[in-house]
Amino acid sequence: MRKGVLLVLAAALAACFAGSALAFEAIAPEDLKVGWVYIGPVGDGGWTYMHDQGRLAMEEAYPGVTSSIVESVPEGPDSVRVMETFIRNGAKLIFATSFGYMDFVQEVAKKHPDVMFLHCSGFKRAENVGTYFGRMYQARYLSGLVAGSMSKSNVIGFVAAHPIPEVIRGINAFTLGARKANPNVKVKVVWLFSWFDPGKEKEAAKALIDAGSDVIAMHADTGSAPQAAEEAGVYVVGYNNDMSKYAPTKHLTAPVWNWGAYYKHIVGQVTTGTWKADDIWWGLKDGFVDLAPFGADVPQEVRDLVAAERARIIDGSWDVFSGPVRNQKGEVVVPEGTVMTDGEMLSMNWFVEGVEGEIPQ
Amino acid sequence: MDLLVPILAAAVRSGTPILYATLGEIITEKSGVMNLGIEGVMLVGALTGFGVTYHSASPWLGLAVAFGVGAALCAIHAFLCVTLGVNQVVCGLALTMFGTGASSLVGRSLVGETIEGMRAFPLPGLSEIPLLGPVLFNQDAMVYLSFGLVFLLWFFLLHTRPGLKLRAVGESPIAAAAAGISVPTVRWMATLFGGGLAALGGAYLSVVNSHMWVEQMTSGRGWIAVALVIFGIWHPLRSALGAYLFGGVGALQLRVQAAGTSIPAPLLLMLPYVLTVVVLTGISIRKGKGILLGAPAALGLPFHREDRD
Repeated sequence: MRKGVLLVLAAALAACFAGSALAFEAIAPEDLKVGWVYIGPVGDGGWTYMHDQGRLAMEEAYPGVTSSIVESVPEGPDSVRVMETFIRNGAKLIFATSFGYMDFVQEVAKKHPDVMFLHCSGFKRAENVGTYFGRMYQARYLSGLVAGSMSKSNVIGFVAAHPIPEVIRGINAFTLGARKANPNVKVKVVWLFSWFDPGKEKEAAKALIDAGSDVIAMHADTGSAPQAAEEAGVYVVGYNNDMSKYAPTKHLTAPVWNWGAYYKHIVGQVTTGTWKADDIWWGLKDGFVDLAPFGADVPQEVRDLVAAERARIIDGSWDVFSGPVRNQKGEVVVPEGTVMTDGEMLSMNWFVEGVEGEIPQ
Repeated sequence: MDLLVPILAAAVRSGTPILYATLGEIITEKSGVMNLGIEGVMLVGALTGFGVTYHSASPWLGLAVAFGVGAALCAIHAFLCVTLGVNQVVCGLALTMFGTGASSLVGRSLVGETIEGMRAFPLPGLSEIPLLGPVLFNQDAMVYLSFGLVFLLWFFLLHTRPGLKLRAVGESPIAAAAAGISVPTVRWMATLFGGGLAALGGAYLSVVNSHMWVEQMTSGRGWIAVALVIFGIWHPLRSALGAYLFGGVGALQLRVQAAGTSIPAPLLLMLPYVLTVVVLTGISIRKGKGILLGAPAALGLPFHREDRD
């Protein structure tokens, strides 16, 4: 019995060394198996749907690669089981697409040093664990420029899912953009306390329109708010993907994700043996986030303004949260001449000047 | 007034899908069958209504097929619970899981599509009445249909012979069987009808309200319907008020936020559930003192003709 245990241990150790020796050498696309752990169903039409679009874009670029997914994986021990199954089936690259997988990714990664892990929106890394996220706030800022320019009532309504830093950062960036284009504009926020509930999103948009908003923006996962805007005849800025389908005449633009750019990049590195664990937070420059095509009503001078702001974000001479940035009380939070660090942005829990609404504590 | 009318109109709009499901569940439970599969049936109804409307461009056809599919789905429940006499709670929960999974699987290709759907249809004349007009009669056809249904079911349950039979089956199946009523037939029909209405409530969300299909788009409305049956103490009129109250609180908290007041929204969202607990407490205190049209005595109990206990 003891001999058996020793043998197994020796075998495991040998496997570990063999594994680490082989680690991160180039894997031919035909031999590469990739697993995606999704937090929601692909059919959510939002977050997970856009990740899956990215995966499909990767498949198109690398036809030999085998990719597989598991949907609606809870952020708990279940995710370990899912990742272990991927590995048993030969996966050498795993993407975990939600924050809550962070510690479970670390756990599995320790056991399998020859497998590469990439964790979306987290901050814990290791030899074989990289992290990634997109600077959506840059695209949000640009969409704010459009919304601010188009508002006549100087009230913009924002349908927001949950009061977490990611959403707050988006609202702040959007507001900074809107007020850059139109300093008198105010952004009213309504919280849904839900990621996707089309009925509620529509009611929230209607409530904001009744409260005087003539442009609606959103951080929720369905096209319901754009529908309400189209029906009421007010402009709308979508999210996640081009939502003009839901508001054919009133859709101004939408900040959109392009996960495919990143997934292609990583698979490219893995197939050429150049991958190493890294923290990637890409923005407009790398095509990770962008704006959906403008609606017909967006005038040329607004398009020019967006192009100019985009140019200075891309060339790195300016970023959205460059000082001076004031909070709701008018106090300077980011002094002139400084820029918020990534860490400060990731934990943002206050509203900038011009936002009307509260962050439930 | 400026604020009140939109809130009340939104209350009716948001309450209607829950109302359909609640009315269906009242009929089912009055026959003594508890169906906890409402959430799943609503989802299947939402998908069916959307899918059929998407392919046929006829919202009415979509709603009708949704009703049929909902009834067909609940035939599983009726077969297992009425014919075989299995545990109704377990069977209902299984139905919810099945409906959630099946609608997600089948609906994959419809995600991101949109339909013309059903639009508001103000009733000429009636919608001009101050306050009541814009609240009740500036809605869509399914809302008007639900008004009729509430009164129809109230009349059916309390003032007709078939309604009496249905209640008898739910109160004392042995006595009903002795009086020559076929308990399984009544329970089967009540379960199918309840399932059809639940599916119609789901289809309201996708066809009338949002014109799109999203997985799990009912977001727990099926469970609220189950709670509303108790809230309304198995009475169609009281349950209608309950449905509009639940819908109204949801609409109110959004508007309170939009108006920029400092009332915490989660506090408002909690209110209807607090009320449900209060009603439940009231029921148990008054138990045995004869609340009119209260909980069916044989709710959840399987019936076998041969059992004489």
